[in-house]
Amino acid sequence: MLEKALEGNNRYWAWIFFLLGVITIGGLFYVHQFHYGLGSTGMSRDVSWGIYIAQFTFMVGVAAGGVMLALPLYIHDYKVFGKIAILGEFMAIAAVAMCLMFITVDLGQPMRIMNVLLHPTPHSMLFWDMIVLNGYLFLNVVCGWGILHSVYKEVPPPKWAKPLVILSVPWAFSIHTVTAFLYCGLPGRHFWLTAILAPRFLASAFAAGPALLIIIALIMKHMGCFDPGKEAIQKLTTIIIYAAITNLFFVGLEFFTAYYSNVPEHMATLNYLFWGVDGHNSLVYLMRFGMFIGIAGIIMLLFQKFRQSDGWLGFCLALIFASLWIDKGVGFVLAGFVPNPFDRITEYYPTLSEISIALGVWAAGALILTLLYKIALKVEFKED
Amino acid sequence: MDVKRRKFLKIAGLSAVAGLAAPSAFNLLLNKGEALATEGRSGAKSEAHGEKSGETSRQYGMVIDLERLQRSPGLAEKCIHACNTEHNIPQYNNPKDEIKWIWLDDYRHSFPEHSQYKKNTALAKLPVVLLCNHCAHPPCVRACPTKATFKNSDGVVMMDYHRCIGCRFCMAACPYGARSFNWRRPREKDANGKYKFFPDGVNPEFPMRMRGVVEKCNFCAKRTLAGRLPACVEACGDSKALVFGDINDPKSEISQVLKAKYTIQRKPAAGTEPSVFYII
Repeated sequence: MLEKALEGNNRYWAWIFFLLGVITIGGLFYVHQFHYGLGSTGMSRDVSWGIYIAQFTFMVGVAAGGVMLALPLYIHDYKVFGKIAILGEFMAIAAVAMCLMFITVDLGQPMRIMNVLLHPTPHSMLFWDMIVLNGYLFLNVVCGWGILHSVYKEVPPPKWAKPLVILSVPWAFSIHTVTAFLYCGLPGRHFWLTAILAPRFLASAFAAGPALLIIIALIMKHMGCFDPGKEAIQKLTTIIIYAAITNLFFVGLEFFTAYYSNVPEHMATLNYLFWGVDGHNSLVYLMRFGMFIGIAGIIMLLFQKFRQSDGWLGFCLALIFASLWIDKGVGFVLAGFVPNPFDRITEYYPTLSEISIALGVWAAGALILTLLYKIALKVEFKED
Repeated sequence: MDVKRRKFLKIAGLSAVAGLAAPSAFNLLLNKGEALATEGRSGAKSEAHGEKSGETSRQYGMVIDLERLQRSPGLAEKCIHACNTEHNIPQYNNPKDEIKWIWLDDYRHSFPEHSQYKKNTALAKLPVVLLCNHCAHPPCVRACPTKATFKNSDGVVMMDYHRCIGCRFCMAACPYGARSFNWRRPREKDANGKYKFFPDGVNPEFPMRMRGVVEKCNFCAKRTLAGRLPACVEACGDSKALVFGDINDPKSEISQVLKAKYTIQRKPAAGTEPSVFYII
């Protein structure tokens, strides 16, 4: 089946080589980071996790988002998603691969990564995160590839596939729940110490993952390679609107609890994120912008005019996706360290090296996704 | 033919796995042996990585008397310097790379959860000595995915620099900002072959760290094992500004001080039960 990825027109190859170029630049910066140490990033004693872990957290959400296709199809037998479910599974593969890459580039001693297996530590949430993420990767590779291979061979799907795809549904919930547990179980970080974190992560994931999927599907449709079908897109859009509104509702609950209770520790980080504290306001405009475009995207999608046109739909979903990325892929992780345990503010700015490495990982994810989608479309629809 | 091929694949696969696993298994054995040797307790089970040998749990702790420290100017700095030279703490002179095991901050920032409302302004500026609290329930130990940080049988939160993968989960977990990360190589040398970040020389008795691992105060575990006091306590001389000992032993000096004086701990609401107490 792999040979299908090697058949493509000039546009396809240009895209592949562009991604390889970005990966190479990121790789070169990583070689430097590997030799010098993580001091080549903007992280410090006070803000000890930066954009790598923030991107990791966001991509876990994108991976989990694929379940919004698998659940209706495999549990409720909603056949409309039959055509695009494979796209959700393959997006999960690319997203989990990115998660693992982001974790690896963030390690101070990446050569020792296997210590997590050599010294299994069940009281560490990172141990469980390793298990659920790799398990989810395994499930999606086996199910996605297995089912596609049966199409390729023109035989019925293997019997073992059905229980595995059904298992992958609760498993998708588990990956983002455990990722939330990384944060919400820490006693000294008040912004993260909130029981609503896991549901909030899930809500934003169920909006961000499918939004990215529709955007990619619309691009593929307009390049003439594939049409997922109007009904599937519209139904998925409805799911995204519900998930995005739920996420907004959860964010509102955080604001209420912090500001109505008037407890200083609960307000501190929100103050820093949205209003700035003592002139420290590096994230204020970005956070407000993110909040604005998220709400704007949701409101626009309530009108049929914007939902029915491919261009407007893609635009609105891009607004929602960007808003969720700013919220979870930037603000959430970085601001958890502000203020620090001494009630002081240290701001974090990623370095060029750090940004290049992160872009390299994004490009690697896009490359995996492109190759997998190429194979899927060729096999399933005999299209380009 | 087919059967033979299958058998060959099986053997090849198994030997590949064995080849990959053997060196690390070997290392594991070696490290265990080393741990026993350095701990110097014949017959005792390795106490590294939280494997406690008995239930008679010792908990080393410290009482820091801020009044006495203030009475002798320069004493706190002397303690800090003693620690820095004892443990080869690199001096980077920039906050981004900074590594510290014991340091000074003012009262306002050392106890941010305490109200400053209508309080004596001198109190807010009172210098406070800060270090790892060696908590009874350390969140950092709970978070570590490899048991590279663990509580030893003296109740001291220790670091294994050779096991740490540098994920920095412990730094996010610590409510006291007691942990530092080696953002770069501390052993870097200048053009003359001298260490750049150890202006006061290197103590050959304690290892320098490599880049990419977390480190922190270890209550001078090596010294206390040999019956000596921690370097910072020793530097205080007879001032009694720092009192060190087993807080679970009712007869110890530190227990007597804790019984007699009113002391406070940093962030008791975090549920960690810090073993470092302050007399204001």
